[in-house]
Amino acid sequence: MVQDLLLPILKHEQKKSGYISEAAIKRISIQTGIPVSRIFGVATFYSMFHTKPQGKNMIEVCHGPSCHLNGSFNVLKSLYKSLKIKPGETTKDKKFSLHTCSCIGCCDKGPAMLLNGKQYTLLDETKLKAIIKKCRS
Amino acid sequence: MRITVGLATCGISAGGIPVFETLKKELDCKVEKVGCIGMCHNEPIVTVSDDKTYIYGNVTKDNVDKIIRAVKDKKPCAELLIANDINELEFYKKQKRLVTENCGVINPLDLDQYKDAGGYSGLQNAVKLQPEQVIQNITDSGLRGRGGAGFPTGMKWKFISGKKGKKYLICNGDEGDPGAFMNRLVMESDPFKMIEGMTIGAYATGADEGIIYTRAEYPLAIQTLEIAIQTAYKENLLGKDILGKGFNFDLRIQKGAGAFVCGEETALINSIEGKRGSPRPRPPYPAEKGLYGKPTVVNNVGTWAHVATIMKMGAKEYAKIGTAKTKGTKVICLTGHIKRTGVIEVPIGTKLKEIIFDIGGGCPDGTKFKALLSGGPAGGCIPEDKLDTPLDFEPLQELGAIMGSGGLVVINDKSCMVDVAKYFMNFTQEESCGKCTPCREGTKRLLEMLQSITRGAGKPGDIEKIEKLSNFVRDNSLCGLGQNAPNPILSTLRYFRQEYDAHITDKACPAKACLDLVSYHITEHCKGCGNCEKHCPTKAITGKLKERFFIDQEKCIKCGVCFENCAFKAIEKR
Repeated sequence: MVQDLLLPILKHEQKKSGYISEAAIKRISIQTGIPVSRIFGVATFYSMFHTKPQGKNMIEVCHGPSCHLNGSFNVLKSLYKSLKIKPGETTKDKKFSLHTCSCIGCCDKGPAMLLNGKQYTLLDETKLKAIIKKCRS
Repeated sequence: MRITVGLATCGISAGGIPVFETLKKELDCKVEKVGCIGMCHNEPIVTVSDDKTYIYGNVTKDNVDKIIRAVKDKKPCAELLIANDINELEFYKKQKRLVTENCGVINPLDLDQYKDAGGYSGLQNAVKLQPEQVIQNITDSGLRGRGGAGFPTGMKWKFISGKKGKKYLICNGDEGDPGAFMNRLVMESDPFKMIEGMTIGAYATGADEGIIYTRAEYPLAIQTLEIAIQTAYKENLLGKDILGKGFNFDLRIQKGAGAFVCGEETALINSIEGKRGSPRPRPPYPAEKGLYGKPTVVNNVGTWAHVATIMKMGAKEYAKIGTAKTKGTKVICLTGHIKRTGVIEVPIGTKLKEIIFDIGGGCPDGTKFKALLSGGPAGGCIPEDKLDTPLDFEPLQELGAIMGSGGLVVINDKSCMVDVAKYFMNFTQEESCGKCTPCREGTKRLLEMLQSITRGAGKPGDIEKIEKLSNFVRDNSLCGLGQNAPNPILSTLRYFRQEYDAHITDKACPAKACLDLVSYHITEHCKGCGNCEKHCPTKAITGKLKERFFIDQEKCIKCGVCFENCAFKAIEKR
């Protein structure tokens, strides 16, 4: 049941290369015997997998309802101000990628986001500016 | 003396780690990491237990030295003290902590502490009985699935117990419901409880393999569970010939990859098999043909934890709690516009208003309560006059909401209900897996109609169209995601129809939340300081100093910067 291992394989690939390239999908297909179409189907289904190259720093802003009510759109607005990217995009210098993600379970301290997997909560413009500045230095 | 710091995800994000490190460095006593006690609004929490217990809240790296000094002087630190016993607090007075009894109290990774708190006595009690008797016990307890559907757990188990050959148990920890994180709390704060519950399930049903499917967004929960499983293997509480009773149970963790629909049991099974997480048509139900085509029981984290509790306290005692139809307690997450956010556990049947006002303390900053969203994106909005309703599966359903996994999001009067419905439609539309047409297309069209209403482009007759399509999507979708997706719309239409009407006929948003329908104006209170002009990013504000300024509506992008920066409150939102 090699298909079982597909999710862990894709996760490993993403960790190694930052994203899952077409070449990687073809290679995995040859190695496992799972058709390319099926691997591509799985890789595009789950929001944690990316089939395009990503920036060095991955920002995922929670769009759960608690964060929405507490102003997650302001977080996106502030990030747009300093990075000039919208969700799904990567900065030209390849330093930042911005995505929205489903609830990260910090509902009590919204708005929240993940930066390279680490949680940042109770965000406001000043806090975000400091975070971005730290990443840039 | 024992000092504990609440370091579940919530405690860490509130800055608990530096507090923990400082305490450990400075004090010569046992400093331990514990999970979350539920008072997320007071995080980080430090508990000092000596002859007496002192619970300190909002401890940061800047004020932790006050606690250190107090401990060294053997005195309490009055400034940060919240209570000596959690039961003194309003937040806990109406709670009944069964499943979460150990959360934030014991070290989640210490099996001995779990056993000292009565852990694994449930399994000990279970193995004294025949497997059928265990199932009977669970049936007698009246336990219903805590994942949302409320299916009787004993009945589910009975379906597969009679089947021969390979069987699987799955723990559904794919808690994707926004606004709900009680499973994360249980997994991080008391992992042995659900492992014990699953082991009891294995003994009762004869399944010898179990899988915990959990979200990859919960790294700490995964790490905690991994260590707990290893410990249980070492102590012969998992693996071969458990407790010398001749039954085997292997347990492993499978991580998700970010897909809300995987919380649906058949989609979850597909995901474990390494496929796209699309739901399968039911029947056949997982109890007939589940993982790899074998009989499978899928239960929520909460349900498994309840199993351990029931076998520990006895089915009869457990069944005394709750209502006629639903027994026991429910762990709930209180979030949104509420003073005391956190995770609570209340007997089923507790009135909604007790939860919001007595436990949660109502809305913060002088805002007023408007609606309660129960059940996440599949749930419904409940207005204030219906808050006498008891928390239970059926009464909530009658209101057009659902209990769901137990996330309660409080919405205040500054929020627009059409916008809330639009937000949820956006959510389900994005998370729809695309397999069945009613959900894939229906949610998209519903979202488009709501977007046009909030933009001020709604037409008479739109509401009726939305209602018709909502009913169609509800009746014809393949799985729970699509079937429940229109709930936020239908419930807001039921209780807040006037807001929809205002958007369509008056082109106005009563809560002043829909940007396209509000405008900013400078009133006669303007002193002519020119502060707003300085802040305006589009130079829409003009005027002479010491005279009333003016906003050019054509240029205004409604960012609200002037509104926030006016010292004289001379800017009005209409």
